[in-house]
Amino acid sequence: MSLSVSVTINGAPHAIELDDPRVTLLDLLRERLELTGAKKGCDRGQCGACTVLVGGRRVNSCLTLALSLDGSEVITIEGLASGDALHPVQAAFIEHDGFQCGFCTPGQIMSAVGLIAEGHAGDDPERIRELMSGNLCRCGAYKGITEAVLEVQRAQQTGNRKDAA
Amino acid sequence: MNRFDYIQPKSVNEAIAAASAPGSTYLAAGTNLLDLMKIGVSTPARIIDITRLPGLDEINWLPDGGVRIGALVRNSDLAYDVRFSRTFPSVAEALLSGASAQLRNAATVSGNLMQRTRCAYFQDLASACNRRKPGSGCDARGGENRLHAVLGWSEHCIATHPSDFCVPLVALDAVVEVEGPHGARDIALEALHALPGATPERETTLQPGELILAVRLPAQATVYAGHTRYLKLRERTSYAFGVVSAAAALEMSGGTIRTARIALGGIAAKPWRARAAEAMLENVKPTPEAFAKAAELALVDARPSGDNAFKIALARNIVVRTLTLAHDGTPKDMPALPASPFAATPGTSHAG
Repeated sequence: MSLSVSVTINGAPHAIELDDPRVTLLDLLRERLELTGAKKGCDRGQCGACTVLVGGRRVNSCLTLALSLDGSEVITIEGLASGDALHPVQAAFIEHDGFQCGFCTPGQIMSAVGLIAEGHAGDDPERIRELMSGNLCRCGAYKGITEAVLEVQRAQQTGNRKDAA
Repeated sequence: MNRFDYIQPKSVNEAIAAASAPGSTYLAAGTNLLDLMKIGVSTPARIIDITRLPGLDEINWLPDGGVRIGALVRNSDLAYDVRFSRTFPSVAEALLSGASAQLRNAATVSGNLMQRTRCAYFQDLASACNRRKPGSGCDARGGENRLHAVLGWSEHCIATHPSDFCVPLVALDAVVEVEGPHGARDIALEALHALPGATPERETTLQPGELILAVRLPAQATVYAGHTRYLKLRERTSYAFGVVSAAAALEMSGGTIRTARIALGGIAAKPWRARAAEAMLENVKPTPEAFAKAAELALVDARPSGDNAFKIALARNIVVRTLTLAHDGTPKDMPALPASPFAATPGTSHAG
């Protein structure tokens, strides 16, 4: 059986031949493309460490078959920064101590980027906590994570108001 | 995970034809199926990936005011659809109380209906489970079973259906459109999931090869938009399956209930419609006594299947609470913590 998949990852097109249909998006990234930012925590969709954007939406890459993604655009943590300039969410995580050991951090950041794009949390910390509940942090850095997301949300809202004025 | 053949059909007919081979399974987002394959509970020989089938990802409003939701509409897209969440707010609330944002972005309408029980013994290959392996026994009986069924269970299986989405759908008379080798048919959602009896391995009434194309909500269900809620008790605030849950919907006329709809989740192998309680509430005043009586009726046949007698009392309480909040009126905005009984007012904090 010939199994091929074409995906754009962080802006770069990849045409990949797979020898096995069982490869998940997470395994494709980590084992075949050397993009090890997305982490394999539970591998069962429970921890969120593998979160990436597919078509602009945050999903668990461990529960996605690579083959079913033909034609998709994927953004991973490696694709966020512009050269040496950090993405605002990355900068906010550093500013607010949104991590300790760092294992969950790529997933947290990708989830936060997705949350902000979805636009359902506003600047309500309660809604941010609720909408970030798919990302576990065993160091318990939740307070800093919430503050980091909140700061980027507020900065965007201020920016939007300036744009409108 | 076992090795499987992977097929991506281009049409519904192609998909159904492909599914006629033994050992075939339809794959939508895979948020439940891939997980079960990784732990060896599901071992399909052939995966038929339906995610590219055309036309199944649309929300279509019907001329009479009802809605037809395509099988592949993602949970988050349905929950945040403005017209849908205004017209069927308790369905949107149930969706947003389920899983995590990442899973809701992927998981589909039909996948939610077809998800399997989260019974730990069903997931553990070393345990006896009649649902997974007919005739092997049920280690949940006499095991860790405080979260298991209190209605409709049998000595062969005490598992529950984990869906939130299905609970208000059943309350609102949702209909499932399926197509199979012998043509198309409609199934009332209430009749889709089977009680275990002596054959817990038969989880739904779908015939081999049948594929869900859509879920319809009838126009009649729109009369409840102003007075409907879904509440779900969890062991943590978010991203947890329900211990017990309830959907309630009231059609008010003056100060009197004209009609009521009630369904319970987390207590049986199917979403549980409480028709006797609904009938009792017709044409009565919405008093605490009436709601308590309705809750009694809803749970009248309940009995513990293990260390879970507390769920019966909890389920009664959640019915009363859901009816009370439904009567208060559907909130203008989706609560920050959807379906949480601890956050009746927007902005209530759970994490200090």
